Amino acid sequence: MSVALDQNEVAPCAFCMAMRRIAGAVLPVLTVVAVIVAIWYAGAYLMNRSITLDTAERRGVALSTAEVFADTMAQERPRLPAPHQVAVELWNTTAGEEMFRERRGELRPNPRSLFFHAYQTLAPTMLGFLIGSLAGLMLAIGIVHNRAMDLSVMPWAIASQTIPILAVAPIVIVVLNAVGLTGMVPKSLISAYLSFFPVVVGMVKGMRSPSAMDLDLLRTYSAGRTATLFKLRLPASVPFLFASLKVGIAAALVGTIVAELPTGARFGLGARLLTGSYYGQTIQIWSALFMAAICAAVLVAVLSLIERGTLRRMGLSA
Amino acid sequence: MAIDARVIWHGLGVVLLAAAMLHDVRLAAIVAVWFGAWCLNAALARGVPGARVLVPLIFGATLLVLWEMTVRLYEISPVILPAPSAIAAAFAANTDILWADFVQTILRGALVGYVIGCGAALLVALAVDRSPFLQKGLLPVGAFLAALPIVGTAPIFVMWLGFGPASKAAVVVAMVFFPMLVNAVEGLKASDKMQRDLMHTYAASYWQSLVKLRLPTALPFLFNGLKICTTLALIGAIVAEFFGSPTVGMGFRIKIEVGRLSMDVVWASITVAALAGTGFYGVMTLLERRLTFWHPSQR
Repeated sequence: MSVALDQNEVAPCAFCMAMRRIAGAVLPVLTVVAVIVAIWYAGAYLMNRSITLDTAERRGVALSTAEVFADTMAQERPRLPAPHQVAVELWNTTAGEEMFRERRGELRPNPRSLFFHAYQTLAPTMLGFLIGSLAGLMLAIGIVHNRAMDLSVMPWAIASQTIPILAVAPIVIVVLNAVGLTGMVPKSLISAYLSFFPVVVGMVKGMRSPSAMDLDLLRTYSAGRTATLFKLRLPASVPFLFASLKVGIAAALVGTIVAELPTGARFGLGARLLTGSYYGQTIQIWSALFMAAICAAVLVAVLSLIERGTLRRMGLSA
Repeated sequence: MAIDARVIWHGLGVVLLAAAMLHDVRLAAIVAVWFGAWCLNAALARGVPGARVLVPLIFGATLLVLWEMTVRLYEISPVILPAPSAIAAAFAANTDILWADFVQTILRGALVGYVIGCGAALLVALAVDRSPFLQKGLLPVGAFLAALPIVGTAPIFVMWLGFGPASKAAVVVAMVFFPMLVNAVEGLKASDKMQRDLMHTYAASYWQSLVKLRLPTALPFLFNGLKICTTLALIGAIVAEFFGSPTVGMGFRIKIEVGRLSMDVVWASITVAALAGTGFYGVMTLLERRLTFWHPSQR
C-alpha cells in the first residue's frame, strides 16, 4: 500500500512540509483562476470577433487570424473586454489618477479616480452597516428578553428575508429625496436595512445558544438578567455575531450600489455601472464591477481578521 | 422581578401617552393604538393557546393600522407615502397589469434563470465532486464569488442579450450559480464514510450510490441553497429590468410609476414582489419538508 510506504520514508523537513501544504491549498485555486481567465480570453475573442470582421470588411481589408485576435484584445468598446484591458483601466483610474485635483482654486476630489467613487459607495455602506448592526443587536436583546416581542417580531423578521427588498431600494431613495433627504443618508438607510436582519436573526440564535446548565449556574450565583446578558449571553453570541456581520456587510455593499442606480447618482460605483451601460463603456463597467468585488472582499477579510483575533483572545478558537 | 418590570413598562406607556396627549392629540391616538395592541399581545404571549399564530398577526395588523392612521391624521401626500387602503385599491384596479408584470418578470425571467442556474450548479457540483483537486480549487473561488455584488453584472447581460427576458434569466443564472454550487458540493460530502463503505460492500456502482445514498443525504444542503436562491432570483430579475426592459415587467413598472409619481401602483407592485418571494420560498420549504422528513431539523 502506498500509504504504508510513505510512512516508512524519512520524515521530510518542517519547511518542505509547510511548503507542500501551502502548495496543496494554493495550486488548485490558482489552476481554477487560470482556467477562468483562459475562458474569459476565449470569450473575449469570440464575442468581439464580429465587430473586428465588420470594420475590416467595411474598410475592404483582409485580416489574418493573428491580426483579428490582436484587434479583439484591444477594442475601445468591446462586447467583452479582455482581462488585461480591465486591469489596465483599473490601474489607470486608481494609481494613474490624482485623488484630489485643483479646481476653481479649491482642492476637490477627482471624479475620474475610481478610489473617489469607491469612497462614495463605501462611506454610506459603513455608516448604514453600523446603524443596522447596532439596531439589530438592540432588537435581538429585546427579543430574547421579552416573549411578546419574540412572538410578534420574529416571524416578520424571517418572512422579510424572503422579500426581494433590494429590488425595492430605489423607491426608498426616490421617496427620501422627495422629502428632502439627499446624499449619504438615504443610501445608508438601505444598507442599514439590509444588514439589520442578518444580525437580528444571528444574534437571537447566539444569545439563546448558552445551555440550560450555563443559565442554571448563573442562577445559582443569583445573577440578574443584566448580569446574565453581559456575562453569559453576549460573550456566547460572539461567533454568531461575526457570522452575521459578514453576511450583513456584503449585503450592505450590494444595497448601496443598487441604491445608486435609479436616482441618476453621479458618484459611486453604482453610478459608474449606470453611466457605463448608458454610453456602452464596457471597460468602465467591468472595472467598476471589479472595484466593487475588491471592496467586498476587503470588507469581509477585515471582519474575518477581527473575528479571528477576538475569538482567539476569548479562547474560542484553536 | 418580573412584576417590577411589567409595572415599569406600563408606567412608561402611560407617561408616554400623557406626554403625547399634551403635545398632539393625533400622536396620542397613534400611541394609544400601539400601546393597546402591545398590551393585548403581551397578555396573549403569556400562554394563550394559539398565540404563536395570533400574536404575529395582531402585530402585523397593528403596523398596518398605524401606517393608515399616520397617513390620514398627518395628511401625508400620497406622492410620498400612500396609505395601505390606497395601495389595496391600486392593487385591485391594476390586477391585469400586475399579472402581466408577474408573468414577464417572475415566470419568464426569475423562474427560468433559477431552474437553469440551480440545475447547472448541481451538474457542476457532481463533476467537481469526482475530483478532490477541483474541489480544493473551486470551493474557495466559488465562496468568494458568492459574496460578491453579482447584481452588478446586470448591465453587461442586458447589453449582450437585449431587453427581453433572456438577459434577466442570465443575470439570475449568474446570481444563483455560486451559492447553489457551494451548497451542493458541501451536500455531496455529507454522507459519512461508514455509509459509503456499506454501499461499497453492496458492490453499488457510482450511479447507484449517488442516487440511493449521496443525493438523499445532500438534500438538506441542496434545499438550503435552493431557499437562499429564491430571493436572489427575484432580486436579479427585478434589478436587471432597471437597466433596460420591454414595456412590461415589475422592475419596469416600478421605475416608470416612480417617475409618474403614482406611488400606490409602485407599492402594489412591491406587494406582488413580496408575495411572490414569500410564496416561492414557501413552496421550497414545503418541498423540503416532504423530501427531508428524516432530517433532525424537520422533526
